Parts: sequence; structure tokens; C-alpha cells
Amino acid sequence: MSESIVRALKCRECGQEYPIEPTHVCEFCFGPLEVVYDYEKLEGKFTRELIESRPQTMWRYKELLPIDGEPTVGAQNGFTPLVRAKNLEKILGVKELYIKNDSVCYPTLSFKDRVVSVALSKAVEFGFKTVACASTGNLAGSVAANAAAAGLESYVFIPHDLEQGKVLGAGIFGTKIIGIKGKYDDVNRLCSEVAGKYGWAFVNVNVRPFYAEGSKSLGYEVMEQLGWKAPKHVVVPMASGSLCTKVDKSIKEFIKLGLIEDNGTAVYGAQATGCSPISKSVKDGTDMIHPVHADTIAKSLAIGNPADGFYANRVIKESGGWAEDISDDEVVAAMKLLAEAEGIFAETAGGVTLGCAKKMIESGKLPRDESIVLCITGNGLKTQEAVADHITKPRVIEASLKEFDVLAEADGVK
Amino acid sequence: MKLRIYLTFDEATVREPIIWKLAKEFDVITNIRTAEVKDHMGLVGLELEGESDVVEASVKWLESQGVHVEPIEQNVIEG
Repeated sequence: MSESIVRALKCRECGQEYPIEPTHVCEFCFGPLEVVYDYEKLEGKFTRELIESRPQTMWRYKELLPIDGEPTVGAQNGFTPLVRAKNLEKILGVKELYIKNDSVCYPTLSFKDRVVSVALSKAVEFGFKTVACASTGNLAGSVAANAAAAGLESYVFIPHDLEQGKVLGAGIFGTKIIGIKGKYDDVNRLCSEVAGKYGWAFVNVNVRPFYAEGSKSLGYEVMEQLGWKAPKHVVVPMASGSLCTKVDKSIKEFIKLGLIEDNGTAVYGAQATGCSPISKSVKDGTDMIHPVHADTIAKSLAIGNPADGFYANRVIKESGGWAEDISDDEVVAAMKLLAEAEGIFAETAGGVTLGCAKKMIESGKLPRDESIVLCITGNGLKTQEAVADHITKPRVIEASLKEFDVLAEADGVK
Repeated sequence: MKLRIYLTFDEATVREPIIWKLAKEFDVITNIRTAEVKDHMGLVGLELEGESDVVEASVKWLESQGVHVEPIEQNVIEG
């Protein structure tokens, strides 16, 4: 193990640097803090061979994740499949399409397991005994599960009307789950107050700079799985916009470290029209994000005032990408398309990603003849309500061959 | 108390001297830490210092003027 190359926390606005502590806002300009590294310390040491020699988890890239030494939480997380989507290629009329399938991320079936394992490992390093989060669902489950496995006390705060699958998916881990009467923004407001008052590690508040870095592992894996190269185009679902910026950062880091060639990767963002402040800003050609009241079935993306919206917007523009949004009906249609074509049951956010990609392919924003990676970030079993009324119901017959024969004939079975 | 907030101004409020009015109306210290103003929108990072009830009342007043107010901490949360 090389020494830690983490240098400091640095303000993304004014550049002020801070020591590594559980803090997230610049005291000078209120800008967000980000972990920065001394990459030169890795020169010649962090090689493809070293990475390939390690277990297949997100921690095979641990030098680029902001923890000291070995992870204490979520040591098995990550390294999900990258699937060549041959059937979708035919349907969409594209040459090379891949799905990064984080709907099967260990242990709670969403990419949040990546960020949470980094956040909680860091929280343990800082000496916290209680961890917490505000969540639209996936994060709640991931914090609850990973905290349980690590022997940490946990509190999760969710909107009271969240999908049942997600409530159950957090409650089963014995976490203290608090439903807040109100929208996600109200949950946020309370949590910002709780975070200030109680000495807890709020994964998406005071340890957020470390938490967010975990998303980079998704990008590292894609590049390794493509045979040590970056895709020409990558489509990412956007809630806060953080994943967009971290996938971009992961690619830039691999280029800087000489692990891949610069492929000029363009980053594309996907949102549901009912909550599309980032997509709208890209389409309008502005860099200011107008907060909106979220109203979409894609609840895991329903953040009306996205913290990293400005930075996601910038990454999309600078990389030569684009952003798109689709209606809730299109989200459901895309979820079904992904399931029927590739056997992958993604949550609503996955529908958003595929649906937006389809729209951008049709409009020519995404070229048909270059490699495209779609990032699928959560599992459909958690948002069954979204598609429950849209799937074919079973045809019920008696246990009789005759009855089945009639049915088979109607289906045209020979 | 000190409260750190982001104010978002829309097209209707972006040209109004709302922070000046706030300081006239309430006994609070206003300290602008960051700002970006364009034709249709403005974003200001503001520190408010004063007695708790006065700070709370001034936030309510800002909202009544059509300004979107949220704590700095809230802005970073996602889930």
C-alpha cells in the first residue's frame, strides 16, 4: 500500500485549502469543499498490473479514494458488471453500447453503496459512533446496511411518503428510520439543523466531500472493464449532479496517471422533466440553476435545487456532452425497454438514463457510431410501484393441458 | 446567532435592493460572502448575525419578499 496521497480539502470556488476534517463548506465564500490529491506521489507506482492483482471490489483503486489505509466499512462493495447491450444496440441503431449495471451493487443494489462505504470508513477514522443521512431512499438503505455491518449506530431521515420498498429496504437493517411529513426539501431542512446540533457523521452533509469521492470508483471500473480505455460518451442520471462531476474526475485522474489515453470522453446528463433544473440550464445555455419543485416518479433524482448543478453543467459543456429530460411515461417505457431487451430491472432513475439516451440518439446529440456507456444506478425492485400497472398480468388457466393448448395456439406457438 | 444562507432571486426580485431593505427593517448584520447576479436570476451567500428571534424573523421576511432562502448546509444534501 502506498502512502495516502490525499492533500487537503479545497474550496471549489475560491481555492482555499483546509485540513482533512469532517467539514464541507468553505468558511470564506461558502463554496463546497472537495478532496484534492498529490498525484505525483503515485507516479510509476499505481499501475494497471497492481490494480488487476487486487480483489474485484471498488477498493482496488483505494489510492484514489480519500481514506487512510484499508477500508473499515464496505470492503466488498463495487465492481459491478459492465454489460455489452447487443439487443439495445439493434433497437436503438447504435454500434457500441454498454450498461454499467450498479443495480446489482453490493450490498443494497444501488451505486450509493460506493459513496457510503467511503463516507462511513472515513467517519470511523474520524471517531464517529453514529452515522446519519437525509435520503430519497437508496441512500437510506445503504447507510443502514453498511452501518449495521460495521457496528455503527444509524439514523436515516426520509420523506414519509417514500416507496414502500425503500422504507423496508432501510428498516430491515435495524436503523432508526424517521419519516418526515413533507417533501424531500423539508427533510433536508431538518437534517441541516440536526447535523449542526448533534455530533453525528451525516454522510451527505459534514462528510460529504469524502462521500462524493466514492462515485469515482464507478468511472474507474468502466475504464478498466472496457480494456483500459474511456468510452467516447457516457450518460449519467442527475439528482444533485455529483455523479456527473465524479465520473468526469475519474477519467481525468486515469489520464493524469497514465492509465488510459485521453479519449475526449463527452459526459451527458439525464433527468426527468418533472425535476430537470440541470438539464434545463444546459439546454438554455446558461450556467445558473433555477430551483424547481420536484414532481416526478423518479424520486431518487427529485432534487429541485441541485448542489452540484452548476458543476455538472460545466462538465457537460466542457466535455462536449449534452443534457436531456423525459416525461414520467417515457421513464416507465424505458424501464420496460431495458428489462425486455437486456434483462435488467432498473429503478426509475435507470429508465431516465436509458430514455434520455434514446432521445439524444434520435436527435443526433449522441452519435450512433461511437462507444456509449449508460450508468444504471439502482434496482427496479425498490420502485415497483412505478411499473406495477404497466406490466402484463398473468393469464390464469386450470392445470389442464387442453387449456394451455388453446393459449399456445392463440400465441402462435407451433 | 449566526446563520449562513443562500438566497436565490428570480426575475421579479433580482433588481430589488432587498438586502439593504432587510438591514433597515431588522437589527441584523448582513455579510455577503459570495454573489452572482445575472439578468434573470441572482444567487447570494449571506451570513446573518443577530438575536435568534430577529434572525428568524428576517428569514421569514426575505421569503415574504419572494426570495428563496435555504441554509448553506441544505444545499449540499442529496440522497
